[in-house]
Amino acid sequence: MSARIGIDVGGTNTDAVLLAEDRTILASVKRPTTPDIESGVRAALEAVLEGQDPGAVKLAMLGTTQCTNAIVERRGLRRVGVLRLGAPATTAIPPLADWPADLRDVVLAEARIVGGGHHFDGREIAPLDVAAVRQAASDWQGEVDAVAITGVFSPASFMHEEMARDLVRDKLNVPVSISCEIGSLGLLERENATVMNAALTGVAERATGGFIQALRAVGVSATPYLSQNDGTLMTLGHAAEYPVLTVASGPTNSLRGGALLSGRMDAVVIDVGGTTADLGALRDGFPRESGIAVEIGGVLTNFRMPDLVSVALGGGTIVRRTSAGVEIGPDSVGHDITRRALCFGGDTLTLTDVAVLGGLGLGDPGAVRHALNAADAREVNAVALRVLDAALDRMRTSAEPVTVVAVGGGSFLVPDDLAGAVEVLRPSHHEVANAVGAAVAEVSGEIDRIYHLDGKPRSTLIEEARQEARQRAVDAGADADEVRDLELEEIQLAYLPGDAVRIRARAAGPLSGHELLPGGIERASAHG
Amino acid sequence: MSVTAMPHLPLVEEIDEATVSDLALGATLLGTGGGGDPRVGALMAQAAIREFGPVRVVDPQAVGDDGVVVPVAMIGAPTVILERIPGGHELDLAMQGFERLQGRPVIATMPIEAGGINSTIPLVLAARRGLPLVDADGMGRAFPEVQMVTLGAGGAKAWPLVLADESANVVSISGARDNASAERLARAAVVAMGGSAVVAHYAVDAQLLREWAVPHSVSLAVAIGRALREARAHGDDPIAAIAPVCGARRLFSGQVVDVQRSTVAGFVRGRLTLKGLDVDAGGRAEVDFQNENLIVRSEEGVLAAVPDLISLVEAESGQPLTTEGMRFGLRVHVIGIPASPLWWRPEALPLVDPRAFGYDIDPIRMEDPR
Repeated sequence: MSARIGIDVGGTNTDAVLLAEDRTILASVKRPTTPDIESGVRAALEAVLEGQDPGAVKLAMLGTTQCTNAIVERRGLRRVGVLRLGAPATTAIPPLADWPADLRDVVLAEARIVGGGHHFDGREIAPLDVAAVRQAASDWQGEVDAVAITGVFSPASFMHEEMARDLVRDKLNVPVSISCEIGSLGLLERENATVMNAALTGVAERATGGFIQALRAVGVSATPYLSQNDGTLMTLGHAAEYPVLTVASGPTNSLRGGALLSGRMDAVVIDVGGTTADLGALRDGFPRESGIAVEIGGVLTNFRMPDLVSVALGGGTIVRRTSAGVEIGPDSVGHDITRRALCFGGDTLTLTDVAVLGGLGLGDPGAVRHALNAADAREVNAVALRVLDAALDRMRTSAEPVTVVAVGGGSFLVPDDLAGAVEVLRPSHHEVANAVGAAVAEVSGEIDRIYHLDGKPRSTLIEEARQEARQRAVDAGADADEVRDLELEEIQLAYLPGDAVRIRARAAGPLSGHELLPGGIERASAHG
Repeated sequence: MSVTAMPHLPLVEEIDEATVSDLALGATLLGTGGGGDPRVGALMAQAAIREFGPVRVVDPQAVGDDGVVVPVAMIGAPTVILERIPGGHELDLAMQGFERLQGRPVIATMPIEAGGINSTIPLVLAARRGLPLVDADGMGRAFPEVQMVTLGAGGAKAWPLVLADESANVVSISGARDNASAERLARAAVVAMGGSAVVAHYAVDAQLLREWAVPHSVSLAVAIGRALREARAHGDDPIAAIAPVCGARRLFSGQVVDVQRSTVAGFVRGRLTLKGLDVDAGGRAEVDFQNENLIVRSEEGVLAAVPDLISLVEAESGQPLTTEGMRFGLRVHVIGIPASPLWWRPEALPLVDPRAFGYDIDPIRMEDPR
């Protein structure tokens, strides 16, 4: 029977699962994440394949935080030549004006605003200034490692961006990112996302290269994929071109894993790790997207990100007694929990210790009792409940209580009596939900564009967009017979006269030739 | 007739890059849920100040008789403003066009509204042209329609009105039946200009400025922004922090349990339902909005209504919230701020009282503790 591997590289642990095509979990492991990533991935691969036939593994899916960390730590980023097509408009705000200075210094080689771009109705603001684009490209030889191009209203009219990209590629052999393929309306946020994408191309190349080497080292010749922000897969080639689309893959994989493990397609998943509890909402088994601009590393962007709420509540969160009562976090002992928590013989009172006092069968309750009396323990639990309740409220869209799926190593912190929850489910294998989410991911295609009706009925355009999204999913490797619509949305553009309409369509399906058999996730055996 | 400075309000004399951030934050609160996101305007102002230097602020009492003060603003669809960002130079074009038409020199500029994106646009012009910015505006807040301006109630005309865009298209309106007509003509031209433009209009002389502009609203926005920023940094109560400068009071604390919105004739109308929390536990309140918040009611009746300011802040952070950003589950404080006394003059009140927005109730004036 053929099998697939799902791997999730988190800040603390690298998780791996081996999943059979009948959805049996053949093995699951957790290994520490290593600074070089690759050796941790390799260790997890070796462990999860112990006693298994590597030749049976046909697919390998990786979810990784490498791109996110690169932005947060300002490490391994490429120097970007930034080209904006919009003059004489847009010159009032230079590119990257709202970036934190230290990140801008690392990323920005030079920015130029040249003639080009469009109005909302498709008219040109100015013809593309071909000479200026060529000049920038030749000036940037040897000066930039990547180029980002953003044109005004490119989500509606992308010709100038494509022309500029071709002109740059004539002179420069570096990755070129264009904004219509990355973000939505809102010039500055889309430009930010595009520049960030260009800056991350090097990190992505190293991550994908490392993944291929790790697979090769353990004898797996499977087709590798990377999971992306919306819970679907990209080929490694695609990932190298659009790395910014992977920055939220970790939380997304937890959400998708929570859906698959619990069998609930509409729920709120709470993933509790060592430092934080991350909440996200599932709609039809996929993460609900954020409707507002999302900040990454201090920069506002507007590409598709899951709607997440993170609170400082994890297994390692430090609990302090003060004169005013007990204080929870926000700091955490993180992965040092097995050394520093009281119940494991350490010297620090953590939320795990409080849970141990409450009957969690872990470590030594006796080591905790002297540090916290019953009244204080009750107060800690009450505060934690309040924090999670408030976070859950932010995930709900109506007064209707929701199903909560608790996953992750610290999910024992999620109480059963959340006010906004109709039920709290704790599926088995929840501790590796993120790797499961990676393993079961599908491929998708999407369209997000502004159309001009030009006398055509809206329904025709909507159907065109739907078919194009489905075709893109098939082009990305989805089984044409299994593709289904995930989303079809028409967004009115307020205050604009005439006939512009924004249509978003998204479709997804299982990888052609690798469909999982129907049913729930089952565990056959376990080690690791 | 003039309005004196509030005793607790520190007056701003110069605006540098850092002050712009406070101004924009304060303008979001004074936007009372609407007014447009000041972020793009603030980034424009900061870029202009970086290039041309800080902006000098003058007291409305100190403006001379040797010319006119011309407010400038962005006009058009928010989607377009956020995508086709201005070049900056169209403000120069509007100003030059205005001087040609008016025949008097422009000696200063000022915001037409203290709330939202248009609080910061005049800074761009002021920095570029070395013009002073008058510490005043025409609303003391934001309103959905430009003719809802104190200056108009005092007799100022919306024309001559000059529109300009980045491609040097300049449109002048040299006469109109009334201010609302001038606004209607301008909006039609803006569509042809690609959905957004800069506008110079409602020019006032020193006397009209002193009698009918809302004084010290630039200083007020800066003081509110600074107080909110400091309160957040120290974990203090945001309402207590801003009360001394603007007379704010908490009207209701609660959680958003329902948001209804519809777009009618270019305006976003809607209603927000809140379930009481803390001292208001067990109670309910409703906030109606048309771009801006108009009226807040509880079981006890109307808590506040236009022209007084009704703003919502996130309970935890004190961050001012826009009607666009409202969603289920948010925990908020509803804040009331007394409107400028100018709005309570008989010539002005009918422009902006509850009846101007279709509510058949008498205006209720919030007491000003300052």
